[in-house]
Amino acid sequence: MPLRARGDDLNQMTVKPLVSLAHVSKVFANGTVALEDLDMDVREGEFLSLLGPSGCGKSTALRLIANLADVSSGRIIWPTGGSAKSDIGFVFQEPTLMPWATAYENVYLPLKLRGVSKSAAQPKIMDALALVGLADFAHVYPRELSGGMKMRVSIARALVTEPKLLLMDEPFAALDEITRFRLNDDLLRLKQAKNVTVIFVTHSVYESVYLSTRIIVMAARPGRVVANIEVDAPYPRDEAFRLTPVYTEGCKAASAALHGAMATHEHL
Amino acid sequence: MSDNAPSRTFEAFSKYGLPLLLAVGLLGYWEWSVWFHEVPPYKLPSPSAIWGALVRDWPVLSTSMWVTFQTTMAGMVLAFIGGVALGILLGMFKTAENALFPYAVILQVTPVIAIAPILLIYYSPPTVVLLTAFLVTYFPVLSNTITGMRSTDRGLEALFDLYGASTWHKIMLLKLKSALPYILTGFRIGGPLALIGAVVAEIVAGTAGAGSGLAYRIIESTYRLNVSRAFAALFLLAVMGIVIFYALVLLTHLLLKSWHESALQKER
Repeated sequence: MPLRARGDDLNQMTVKPLVSLAHVSKVFANGTVALEDLDMDVREGEFLSLLGPSGCGKSTALRLIANLADVSSGRIIWPTGGSAKSDIGFVFQEPTLMPWATAYENVYLPLKLRGVSKSAAQPKIMDALALVGLADFAHVYPRELSGGMKMRVSIARALVTEPKLLLMDEPFAALDEITRFRLNDDLLRLKQAKNVTVIFVTHSVYESVYLSTRIIVMAARPGRVVANIEVDAPYPRDEAFRLTPVYTEGCKAASAALHGAMATHEHL
Repeated sequence: MSDNAPSRTFEAFSKYGLPLLLAVGLLGYWEWSVWFHEVPPYKLPSPSAIWGALVRDWPVLSTSMWVTFQTTMAGMVLAFIGGVALGILLGMFKTAENALFPYAVILQVTPVIAIAPILLIYYSPPTVVLLTAFLVTYFPVLSNTITGMRSTDRGLEALFDLYGASTWHKIMLLKLKSALPYILTGFRIGGPLALIGAVVAEIVAGTAGAGSGLAYRIIESTYRLNVSRAFAALFLLAVMGIVIFYALVLLTHLLLKSWHESALQKER
């Protein structure tokens, strides 16, 4: 069944968000205002992209949601209960794998830290590895894997706990375009298979439109939201989607918002 | 590659053949000049005379070697354990480092040869030998462990935080693993120093009229103008140092071979 992007219809608006950021600000110790008065609802099941130039606080927003950093003011609210808060997968900019452990052991880590025994974890680990197409590489060390494969292991590790919310911090930024396109398609497939809510940080307009049901465009200094763009196209999407008017319009709108926020006084 | 085989043969020759050839040449020259200039053995014994002393005095020398070896090993292993344990503590907790590190430095920078006679007032010579071996060894282990504990990948630390890892898990599954190459470097620097510490203490204790280690044999033999035996004891000390060093190199290789750059074969 194709998943409709969330429009502005009333029915959707009454659904409780998975997580809400209310007037969230983050000021670092050196005085940098990373985020100022950020308001944001993340709806269950959506693929939300945070799009913006470097320094707009998009990565900071992810870290705050993951509770890896503390808000300076404002609140992060989990309306569906506290369990969702600990039910998060995180994919970092770098693959962030333990070099001394095989792909299998790396994927096992989140379960190991939660006290899941090796035998109980085994099918879950193999499922996660199969999901990213690396079942045959379970006992290979990270150094023997390509950049794209390392990122796949990292994604498998984030999904092995079956999280409700998957946070991704520019995961494909360091990869070549061919690998990146393939991983984009794989990610959409995973998202549908696992029905996970995704927040995806990127600075690529095209990537955000291709992947997302909704894009929040942010501007820097101080980090703030400048636009909220719905991408009203059903999944599954493939290369043909890049030729549709919805895609083109989405890219136009996102680019315009991005440039509007920077045009007058900012330089890249 | 066809031109690889000869270059590999040459590499093997230059690695093993050249040093051997050099040793044969130097020993031959030594033997010849002692014979040619008719140097008396109490001034400079020939290599063959030293070998003769080694064989003739083997019962005495081997007993002494065993004594020195045991105390050196005990001091070294205690220093490894103590250095790593204290390094973990100081690496994890800044307050502990602030309180204890200055004393670790003081113990390190004070010349051991100056501490040994004072220690002899309070402890028996074997204990002092062990203590000095410990004192010279633990510091490189300690400071390398601290550096290793502090060099953990920030992303991996965030990952452990995300899954709510306990301090125990963070130390055992993350920090110690990533500190391992540093710790082993500390072992390779500190291990051979243990032998120096032991020899220094034996010499100091020996002049006080006690002890039966190899260093004591050297002193005793020179007093008796039995220079061949002194050289034989020196030779055995050198062998011990070589064995300790390469045992630690082997340990490093075994522990790191599967993942760390320093232990990997370069492929081309």
